[in-house]
Amino acid sequence: MGYGRFVLRRLLQSVPTFALITVLVFLLVRLLPGDPASAMLGDRATDATVARINAALGTDQPIALQFLRFLGRLLQGDFGQSQVLHMPVTELIGERMPVTLLLSAYAMVMAIVIAVPLAFLMALHRGRMLDTVLRGMFQLGLSMPTFYLGLLFLTVLGAHLRLFPVGGLGRGPVDMLYHLFLPALTLGFSLAAVIARSLRAAILEVLEADYVDFARAKGLPERLVLGRHVLRNALISTVTLFGINLGQLIGGAVITETIFSLPGVGRLLIDAVFGRDYPVIEGLTMVFAVLVSFIFIATDLFQAWLDPRVHQ
Amino acid sequence: MTENLLEVHGLRTEFHSGGRRFAAVDGIDFAVRPGEILGIVGESGSGKSATLRSILGLIKPPGRVEGQILWRGQDIQGLAPAALRRIRGAEIAMIFQDPTSALNPVLTIGQQIRESLAAHTDLSATERQRRAIELLDLVGIPAAARRLDDYPYQFSGGIRQRAMIAIALAAKPALLLADEPTTALDVTIQDQIIKLILRLAAELRMSVILVTHDLGVVAESCDRVAVMYAGRIMETAPVASLFQTPRHAYTLGLLQSIPQGRAPRTPLPSIPGVPPRPGDVTKGCGFAPRCSFAEPECRSGRPEARRMAPHHLTWCRRADALPEPA
Amino acid sequence: MTVAIDSAPPRRSHATLIIGTVILAVMLLVALVPGLVAPYDPLRFDYHGTLAPPSLAHLFGTDMYGRDMLSRTLWATRVDLQIAIFSTLAPVIIGSLIGMLIGYYGGIADVVFNRLVDVVVTFPFLVLVIGIVAVLGPGLINLYIAIGLVDWVFFARLARAEILVQCRLDYAHAARGLGYGPARILFRHLLPNAIGPIITYWMTDMALAILLGSSLGYLGLGAQPPLAEWGTLIADGKNFMATAWWITVFPGLAIVIAGFGFSLAGDGVADLLRARE
Repeated sequence: MGYGRFVLRRLLQSVPTFALITVLVFLLVRLLPGDPASAMLGDRATDATVARINAALGTDQPIALQFLRFLGRLLQGDFGQSQVLHMPVTELIGERMPVTLLLSAYAMVMAIVIAVPLAFLMALHRGRMLDTVLRGMFQLGLSMPTFYLGLLFLTVLGAHLRLFPVGGLGRGPVDMLYHLFLPALTLGFSLAAVIARSLRAAILEVLEADYVDFARAKGLPERLVLGRHVLRNALISTVTLFGINLGQLIGGAVITETIFSLPGVGRLLIDAVFGRDYPVIEGLTMVFAVLVSFIFIATDLFQAWLDPRVHQ
Repeated sequence: MTENLLEVHGLRTEFHSGGRRFAAVDGIDFAVRPGEILGIVGESGSGKSATLRSILGLIKPPGRVEGQILWRGQDIQGLAPAALRRIRGAEIAMIFQDPTSALNPVLTIGQQIRESLAAHTDLSATERQRRAIELLDLVGIPAAARRLDDYPYQFSGGIRQRAMIAIALAAKPALLLADEPTTALDVTIQDQIIKLILRLAAELRMSVILVTHDLGVVAESCDRVAVMYAGRIMETAPVASLFQTPRHAYTLGLLQSIPQGRAPRTPLPSIPGVPPRPGDVTKGCGFAPRCSFAEPECRSGRPEARRMAPHHLTWCRRADALPEPA
Repeated sequence: MTVAIDSAPPRRSHATLIIGTVILAVMLLVALVPGLVAPYDPLRFDYHGTLAPPSLAHLFGTDMYGRDMLSRTLWATRVDLQIAIFSTLAPVIIGSLIGMLIGYYGGIADVVFNRLVDVVVTFPFLVLVIGIVAVLGPGLINLYIAIGLVDWVFFARLARAEILVQCRLDYAHAARGLGYGPARILFRHLLPNAIGPIITYWMTDMALAILLGSSLGYLGLGAQPPLAEWGTLIADGKNFMATAWWITVFPGLAIVIAGFGFSLAGDGVADLLRARE
């Protein structure tokens, strides 16, 4: 009914957000102190070379003109040329993006698969041993930085026990999932911890609701009571948090890809930072923000689908 | 005498609060006959709702239920989950006080009816759909077919309560537990809902336990009534007998404090003193601390049931000393 | 009438607050006088005792240059606690102030601010901080600046929301009715009531700052060698994880313990504030 219109309205709402992202990314490189040319050249900078690089980047023009040119190229999907790899940034990102998307989606699925059953387990065993142990584990997961968790998995499960490969992408879909298992687990673990904790609280709240008693009083199997009545309502309050943290998870790909030597955009960002490859940094920051915006849109749409009261 | 549909013996329901156990229901016995409408009346906290929830096994740990709950002679308490599910909804259904919180806000009314049908019948999907429309019709929801895909928040309070009744009746239960079904509704709607329940009980030959704190509702709708106070039954009697010759000091107090000439639908009137709080342990009769007829013996030892007439039981030691109501 | 079906109410113990505070106090002490607690000079090379496993002489073992890992981990506490405090102090003060003003006055500033929040949250925090550090150049000072440039928005958002809630309560109307000026109302009446959630969030935020700072340190964009920082220590040891686990395990544990300390203290403060209400 109202859902189609809700989708349209939500999409329209994000237009100004995209515009502001563009402005912010543009300003990032140009307003902060230090000009790219001197930074790129370091000690080798002479006035002549700095001027030449600035001319190549267009950073010698008035800022308003720069912005118009930036915008114009952006609309054609052009982020400029990589100063290090000497190829179009768009092409570079396009090449590396699939790995990051696959890794993130894999991590997301892993987080859900870990979090949802364990959240139920914790809620149904509230205050007992199992609940305490699992909560402790998730608290630990939240206090542990991604890079350290990744290194631990890599060393213990990969190098030491040889259960998983320690790098590379593998060949074919199954092998790829096998190769990406540890990176996805690393990346997804903190999301799993966040979701499990918040879902546990939400489930406990929903379990007290009259409609759950009513569902039981109707003689529904417990599987349906928990799966249809409890989970769906508990998810409504968790979905927003899930979206926000999923956005952060994409950022975590930067670290995971570095640790597991995966050729994704996260690794590309780090390489670009060390190579002072400003067009690449600019393009990637933009792409990350747009990606996260789409995740937010998707979570809003999912929430509205779960809860009909939202889109009416 | 016909066989009892439901028999409850020594029901005791305990909850945990502030680190202490207390009995919300403190050892009660009652029975429901086929086609009978039994009222359970009492103030808030007297254990009425806990009694209904105990019957359907809805008390969650660390709450605890003791005693026998016999459904057609079979104890429900020890049943395996699957066997209990075949009774819940199919044989004994329950409707709750507040339809707004008892209907799942994210499922359509149609979904909530169809899932009951799916759990208890062999109907096909199209038959379930047809039956769902019939049920909404049955409870008097206009344009039933069009409202099936609406969500609870799209209904008014009265229609929501009707929808909940439709859901509860989906599998044609033999007993309906109605937990203060009118309390959350507007006064004008309350009467309609009570009449609806009475009509359905008659049409479907269904027994009802009607929990309420409204003596007017009891007088107009029930065959028999049990008065509860502080987790115990004080008195049970056929409605006419209870109103004409109350044989418990508490019942008498309730009836006397109804102002003359006041319309029905008035909540329970006030009696001097305050009801005991959960966890307060009373030796002897629970009402003794507030009772103007109480003697020292009332404060020691639990009173025994006394038969005042063939179907009139009281747990009041001072029953003989009570005056006829004015 | 529904019977509350709940177990005993949560025990009001201050265990979390006490444990959290003790952890943080010990860390602070170590950070203030690392030289007194560390047995060795954290930078002294010892080519005769490289990659030595934990022993009585070196409780946490030594690294590939023979540096004492216990001393390095202890000295790193100073750097990581600095990251926690220095990168969040300006955001918590400036951000809260801006948020309070926006919440109190509303208007066009409120509209602009909400747009800004919408946009800032679409950048993964780590990516934005890396982006800013990339422009400013690696190093601790630039790390503080990078975190601060983004982080104030979150405090402002929180403070704004708190002020909006407080403004609706009666006492704010009463204070306005008495003719008090905005400054007095904001700081004497609204701030004391809004500060609880801000402090609680600050605790969480400091833990996040350590995670972020050590991540950037690990990537080589934060603390620069030879300065010992938990993230850089782990980066140093990552190639020796299979053979010399102690180089990475102890700094890793330090990060986890610090995170626990901040989150326990934060939970404890939140409990305390809730109990006071």
